Amino acid sequence: MADNIFFEFLHMEMVDYVYKMDVSREEHEQVKMNAISTLENMGFRVGQGLIERFTKDTPSFKDDLDVMKFLCKDFWVNVFRKQIDNLRTNHQGTYVLQDSKFSLLTQFSNRKQYLLEAPRYLAYTCGMVRGALSNLGVDSIVTAEVSLMPACKFQVVIQRS
Amino acid sequence: LSQQTNTLNSELFTLTYGALVTQLCKDYENDEEVNKQLDKMGYNIGVRLIEDFLARSSVGRCHDFRETADVIAKVAFKMYLGITPSVTNWSPAGDEFSLILESNPLVDFVELPDNHSGLVYSNLLCGVLRGALEMVQMAVDVKFAQDTLRGDNVTEIRMKFIKRIEENLPAGEE
Repeated sequence: MADNIFFEFLHMEMVDYVYKMDVSREEHEQVKMNAISTLENMGFRVGQGLIERFTKDTPSFKDDLDVMKFLCKDFWVNVFRKQIDNLRTNHQGTYVLQDSKFSLLTQFSNRKQYLLEAPRYLAYTCGMVRGALSNLGVDSIVTAEVSLMPACKFQVVIQRS
Repeated sequence: LSQQTNTLNSELFTLTYGALVTQLCKDYENDEEVNKQLDKMGYNIGVRLIEDFLARSSVGRCHDFRETADVIAKVAFKMYLGITPSVTNWSPAGDEFSLILESNPLVDFVELPDNHSGLVYSNLLCGVLRGALEMVQMAVDVKFAQDTLRGDNVTEIRMKFIKRIEENLPAGEE
């Protein structure tokens, strides 16, 4: 089977490109926000597209927890070839998804050195998660944090209208 | 540590590539600029991908351009894109050949909008090949001769050997 590393390099190149483009246009602090949201929005559409393709035969979900479990198992396996390692919730709409070896961070050194830059390499995935959930009928805000590469945590806060 | 299978998810790849091209079209006024950016990004990817390739495939140094062509088509393309293009149309001097792609993972479900007739959608691949080969001391020219996205029957990448690069000289652009 073909390897995913080409995709990982494509993703890195995409992130670097979006950051470079914003640097040439905006002031410093604004740069970070714009690039992150550009990447997040790109991910959002892709997340919607991915879900469309593979939930045609899936029955509807009984609640948000069901949706999140689907995301952690089926979706994550389909996209990242592994499940989420740990799912926690406060049962009030906040979920924390832990991936101990996140596919898009494995190309970086397993050290704290690149910690400052890590968020930019998670924005696209946050968007994908938000997009996937959106197509499954769940509105959310998705953020991510890294404390020790390549482990990271995605936080999903479900929005009630 | 390497027990996790890390196999290509071609849908993710296709959709991500599509999102990237869409963003480039938003950022640049004309198709030529987008093509250039794709080539540049491909180059950056190629110079890293070759290291992975050399580390993981058991392919040794190629003795000539024909061997290089076979390795590219049968090993590299298979390893990274899951397809095996055919190698054809050799020039009499043996310095130029075509890769014919029956299918191209980058373009599944993609349609070129009308106002982008100059866009070489998969131009990233040309940069990847160019960058990768430069790291093994080969300067090549790579371009799309035919593209199913533009109505051709097949997708054809034309590769031409320019010259051998001396080792220890600085490589091309950033």
